Amino acid sequence: MFFIAAIGAVGGAIGVVAARNPFYSVLALIAHLFSLAVLFLLLTSAFVAAAQVVVYAGAVMVLYVFVVAYVGEGGESAWEPIPGQRFLAPLLGIALFVELSVAVLSSALKALGTHGPDVPAGFGDPAAIGTLLLEKFLLPFEATSLLLLIAAVGAIVLANKQKSKEDDAPGVPAQRNLVQGGGAGLPSPGTPAKQPGEGSPVAPPPTQEARA
Amino acid sequence: MSATAWAWLVLLCPLVGSIVCALGYRVVPARAAGAIGTLAVGLAFLCGVAALVNLLGDPAESRHHASSLWDYASAAGLDIKLGIYVDPLSIFMVLVVTGVSTLIHLYSFGYMGSDAGYHRFFSYLNFFVFSMLLLVLAGNFVLLIVGWAFVGFASYALISFWYRRATATRAGMKAFVINVVGDIGLVLAAFLIFQQLGSFDYTEVFEKAPEVFQTNEWTIVAICLLLLVGAFAKSAQLPFHTWLPDAMEGPTPVSSLIHAATMVTAGVYLIARTHVLFELAPTAADIAAFTGLATLLVAGTIALVMTDLKRAIAYSTMSQIGYMVVGVSIGAYSAGMFHLMTHAFFKALLFMAAGSIISAMANNQNIDDMRGFGKAMRFTSIAMLCGSLALAAFPGTSGFFSKDEILAYATDRGGMYLIFTVLGYVGALITAVYTFRLVFRVLPGKPCKEAQELIDTGHLAHETPRNPATGEVEDTDVGFPGPEHHIAEQTPSMKGAMAVLSFLALFAGFVQVPGLDHMVISFLEPVWEGSPLAAIEPSTASSWVGLAIGAAISAVGIGIAYWAYVLRPEVPGKLIERFGWLHTFLANKWYFDEAIDLLVVRPALAIGRFANRSFERFVVDGLVNGTRETVGEAGSVVRAVQNGFVRSYALLLLVGFAGLALYFLITSS
Amino acid sequence: MNIEWYLVLSSLLFTIGAVGILIRRSPIVILLCLELMLNAGNLALVAFSREVGNQQGQVFALVVMVVAACEVVVGLGLLVAIFRRKLPMNVDDLRELRG
Repeated sequence: MFFIAAIGAVGGAIGVVAARNPFYSVLALIAHLFSLAVLFLLLTSAFVAAAQVVVYAGAVMVLYVFVVAYVGEGGESAWEPIPGQRFLAPLLGIALFVELSVAVLSSALKALGTHGPDVPAGFGDPAAIGTLLLEKFLLPFEATSLLLLIAAVGAIVLANKQKSKEDDAPGVPAQRNLVQGGGAGLPSPGTPAKQPGEGSPVAPPPTQEARA
Repeated sequence: MSATAWAWLVLLCPLVGSIVCALGYRVVPARAAGAIGTLAVGLAFLCGVAALVNLLGDPAESRHHASSLWDYASAAGLDIKLGIYVDPLSIFMVLVVTGVSTLIHLYSFGYMGSDAGYHRFFSYLNFFVFSMLLLVLAGNFVLLIVGWAFVGFASYALISFWYRRATATRAGMKAFVINVVGDIGLVLAAFLIFQQLGSFDYTEVFEKAPEVFQTNEWTIVAICLLLLVGAFAKSAQLPFHTWLPDAMEGPTPVSSLIHAATMVTAGVYLIARTHVLFELAPTAADIAAFTGLATLLVAGTIALVMTDLKRAIAYSTMSQIGYMVVGVSIGAYSAGMFHLMTHAFFKALLFMAAGSIISAMANNQNIDDMRGFGKAMRFTSIAMLCGSLALAAFPGTSGFFSKDEILAYATDRGGMYLIFTVLGYVGALITAVYTFRLVFRVLPGKPCKEAQELIDTGHLAHETPRNPATGEVEDTDVGFPGPEHHIAEQTPSMKGAMAVLSFLALFAGFVQVPGLDHMVISFLEPVWEGSPLAAIEPSTASSWVGLAIGAAISAVGIGIAYWAYVLRPEVPGKLIERFGWLHTFLANKWYFDEAIDLLVVRPALAIGRFANRSFERFVVDGLVNGTRETVGEAGSVVRAVQNGFVRSYALLLLVGFAGLALYFLITSS
Repeated sequence: MNIEWYLVLSSLLFTIGAVGILIRRSPIVILLCLELMLNAGNLALVAFSREVGNQQGQVFALVVMVVAACEVVVGLGLLVAIFRRKLPMNVDDLRELRG
């Protein structure tokens, strides 16, 4: 069982990296996530597996699908602007894998060679996890909920404004420089002086009407 | 309060005045700055008087006090204190300096009234007085050098006061450079003194010197010669004198204060103060005396043909300081100082009168254009006459008594020193002639057009402002003389100062009439006690003989001038024709400027150019530029890492991580 | 299976994700690879949790999931904003921060 799931996970991973179309990458990742859920089950972590499927494969991936559909991205050009990147990256990957494996396999942790200790029946059950969350890890629990809130607000902010600036924003000619110049990052001569926030895609210009 | 406390106050007042005038130039209204400056120096004079009174309270032998504020440098055998030395000599100088300075500040209050740099002027002037007092009151050689250098700076600042005039700035630089040459001599002398005697302090040095040195040992001669270099540069003696006539580019009060009464006497003060060392090195003292004599004669002859009024008076100053240098070099210390005092009075007065006349002439300084001011400016001409009489040593005036005091001493010392007497009297004759040459050319006669305008309308002629040396037209804004010209008759402050000085020029000699009273000598006597030379005192009879000869010579000189310039005015023209070569030689100031240019300036410039081409370009520039380029190159290499690509940053990140992991794997296995 | 297999698998997945980030240029795919790496970490956590016999690792894994979700949200929001401004969806062309 382990090997099936493992192969599924690795296959999904390679699919993510190798697929030309981002949509296929998303699908590969979904497959990968399901395999991981199986692996979690094998490790008697029922709740985590369920959360993986529901949250990760369910919500996050759906989000990805939406974005890929909206953006509709095509392929990438073959030419690599950074010299040596295509060559070094796999090399680095192999080196990293070897190192981590060596670290794992030669470590002195005694229990690694075993299945692990015998665990009680409710190990990994939602009840057990829930108890832990509400007793020992209450603060992290609350903090993560706060984090979620912030992320939601951030998403709204990011998605919200720019409605009037989208098409004929005065900053747009300057953005074109990022396409052409790629280098200096200086504004073209005809651009009026901008406030520091205008050029970046993230910060809203203060002159913008607030859209609550 | 003790004498030294008053002395510290004397130093403090002009310093405070200078700072207030400098920093408050926006806040303090114009005339107030002048008043503050004058008041500061006036207060210093009063403190000097208080110190004098205090000092006189001590018995004569113990009238010397040293006082120090704090240890300036005290390590490794050095012990330099910020200390002053109050004794009759320094108090004498303090009184002369502050007294004359107060009067000159009063004069400038009116004279510089329309100048845009009024505050700056008084700030510099006060700073100059402070530095001169520091020089005079210094209790060790280090502080002396500090005061010396400050005085040099103040002189530079004041000569090039009208800084937008090219001639003025050049003159300032010339003065400063020559002064620095003198400073070098002084500093080297101080080093040698420290090396031989182990101290910079006056009391210690003068005590130890007779024990350490043999008479005319080469070290002490070297020290004294180096001191002389400094003294001569400051006092404009041959061959360091070329800056003084050019220094007349400064405003007239500056000429009057610095280049007549105070700064140029610093050299004389130095020789008098270090008389102990000079007595141990008679060779150096003789060299000094002969240089003074040479200067006396050379300057006198040049003054005979000068057509620029201020420059003629400047050469006269040089000549008179020659007398003072002769005096303190041959041992007539008190006489030399007495002449210093009287000279300060009448020379300052002469400059003031000259300033008044030049104002009336709308800054034209050429005496060929001046005539008839006797009628046009009564007060100024009387003042000029008083000053000239004193300068020519007319019987009864202050100059009469002081100059002949020196010559009588020379006679008394006898032997070789009779040369000084003889040539000194020759010089006195020349002095009388050139002094009254100026008087008889400027004062009597049919008034020139400026004078006529003054008589008729009572207003001053105001032509287009011109540089008196080059004749080019000037502005009247900041950096140039102001638009208005002030003469004594119309400016009460100028009148007051000149009146006081006229009185002093005429009557100050009576404090030292041979046989009657000897206030100056007895006051200064404790300073030179133990000196064999100072013990020589001419008898009353020989003094009076000297005075009689001096009187005769002065009368003859005045007579010659009268004959040549009033009775037979065509004589000078004919003389110039007949002795054309001599006239040219004298008018070119004995070609000293050209000689110095050839011998010193051009080689120095050539060396500089050579050094620039060879050493500077390759070594220094190479080092500096090489460093810059190396750093730049290294920077651009490192900069290539930041190429803006996120993925390459990620690569680097992971490479680093892998490296760290490797390290930990290795160290833990 | 022994726990070490899970750990080796986790490191393999991690490196695949790392290489993917380095190689791909589309921001979406890069974010996906980031997810890979996070999940690899999760796997390691849960493996250790089983090995130790403690459920704290699982709780940690849950928190990691939450954080990943937040990060995805923000990242995709950025992506959408970039797209909206008609900027190229190519990580190499967004390089104003070059030195």
